[in-house]
Amino acid sequence: MSAEPTRAEVCVVACAEAWRGDGAILASPMGLIPTLGARLARLTFAPDLLLTDGEAHLVAPGGDVTEGWLPYRSVFTMVARGHRHVMMGAAQIDRFGNQNISCVGDWARPRAQLLGVRGAPGNTINHPTSYWIARHSRRVFTEPVDMVSGMGYDRAAALGPRAARFHEVRVVVTNLAVLDFATAQGGMRLRSVHPGVSADEVTEATGFPLVIPPSVAQTRPPTPAELALIRGTLDPGRHRDAELG
Amino acid sequence: MTADQVAGELRSGMTIGIGGWGSRRKPMALVRAVLRAGITDLTVVSYGGPDVGLLVAHGRVRRVVCGFVSLDSIALEPHFRLGRQQGRIELTEVDEGMVHWGLLAAAHRLPFLPMRAGLGTDVMRVNPELRTVRSPYDDGEELVAMPALRLDAALVHVNRADASGNGQYLGPDPYFDDLFCLAAERAYLSCEQVIPTAGLLDAGPPQSLLINRAMVHGVAHTPGGAHFTSCVPDYGRDEAFQAHYAASARSPEDWERFRGEFLDGDEADYQRAVQRFAERRTVTAS
Repeated sequence: MSAEPTRAEVCVVACAEAWRGDGAILASPMGLIPTLGARLARLTFAPDLLLTDGEAHLVAPGGDVTEGWLPYRSVFTMVARGHRHVMMGAAQIDRFGNQNISCVGDWARPRAQLLGVRGAPGNTINHPTSYWIARHSRRVFTEPVDMVSGMGYDRAAALGPRAARFHEVRVVVTNLAVLDFATAQGGMRLRSVHPGVSADEVTEATGFPLVIPPSVAQTRPPTPAELALIRGTLDPGRHRDAELG
Repeated sequence: MTADQVAGELRSGMTIGIGGWGSRRKPMALVRAVLRAGITDLTVVSYGGPDVGLLVAHGRVRRVVCGFVSLDSIALEPHFRLGRQQGRIELTEVDEGMVHWGLLAAAHRLPFLPMRAGLGTDVMRVNPELRTVRSPYDDGEELVAMPALRLDAALVHVNRADASGNGQYLGPDPYFDDLFCLAAERAYLSCEQVIPTAGLLDAGPPQSLLINRAMVHGVAHTPGGAHFTSCVPDYGRDEAFQAHYAASARSPEDWERFRGEFLDGDEADYQRAVQRFAERRTVTAS
């Protein structure tokens, strides 16, 4: 086993960190690296998280123990109750965290029809939301997005503090960096760069100005114990590498 | 009833709700019967999968009401995509929780139900008919008034049913099939197996009896009737066939070939063609 963590392993840990401190809520990762991250968090520093198998079972990591039943109708109730933190993908995302998974181009007749808004409107107004973007590029980090599916901070501000009181876009994890919105206007900020990545690379791959702190931190590398879990238990087949392309 | 008799009760211009979720437990035999019946100009309410794709590919759909259309293991439904990108269908695009709430409102005979989903997003922009409502209580909160999704007809598929329309699902998730039935003027249930009422509890507990006969106007026995979507524990999704279906969207010629081989005959012809497809793959693989 190589001692050096790969980029995919750094990303798994960065995704896991999104759920730190969440307690007994449903972690809903979309995509393999967020899924590995949620399971890693559950196995280490966030043991109270609830995870599903994608088919109505609440399962322990590994999937062999069922601890509960969560059909879609109950997922919707957990969403509305706020007992959930989702990590979705994004075809487009802007500086305020407005996200699009619906379609690209004019909505009336899109150039590319994608999934549809799915649960993004309900997720973002009801509970914490994070995003995972496997290929950080100007095509994804762009503004304005063509169809706001998940609500960002400018729109939450326009709704007012009462209506938007459950809104939180926590982090955006990409193959290059971790970004957040800890700024006065809710604009996107570079929180940390992954080992081997410069802040310039991130700004170059982003289609709008990022808030760059005076000194940019480096994303925390996996601990030896985390690496052993990722490599030995969670993803022995190394499928995680393929998601970064 | 037969699947074709069910389709015979539907009319062009109707709003039809289809149960299941994505590419899971879809009433595909009933959908195939709708394709044969030649009715058109339909509004389809669905947690969309290949039910929507097939109806769009056949030009039977005026409007889709949904939060997504997906084949699950293949994220994007190719025929729905083509329909949208070619401007052949209208879309009411809402959050998937809003579909639930609209069906629940219709089932309860309410004009709408309040919720937060949709506020602050382009769901409000692309559905200018959506209204908000202010709480009459001290909080005064403004919420989306999700209108009832009233259906002329609902089509759902379960594992087992008796002849009078008591339906049992044996998979992990009921989806929203009971609500689709309750939101509809007329609901039609297809199933893998018709059994005597006295045998309903042989395979599952009382809470697996999702559908009762007060919700249902007709039962059709359609073995393999969810194919190629999953209908566990009877069968999983036919991934090879689904991939073949998805590839049929590559060109008009591919689609004509697929339709000719699988969809131009009756349900028995379809099931035989699927059998031949499976045998062909077995031969190729060996």
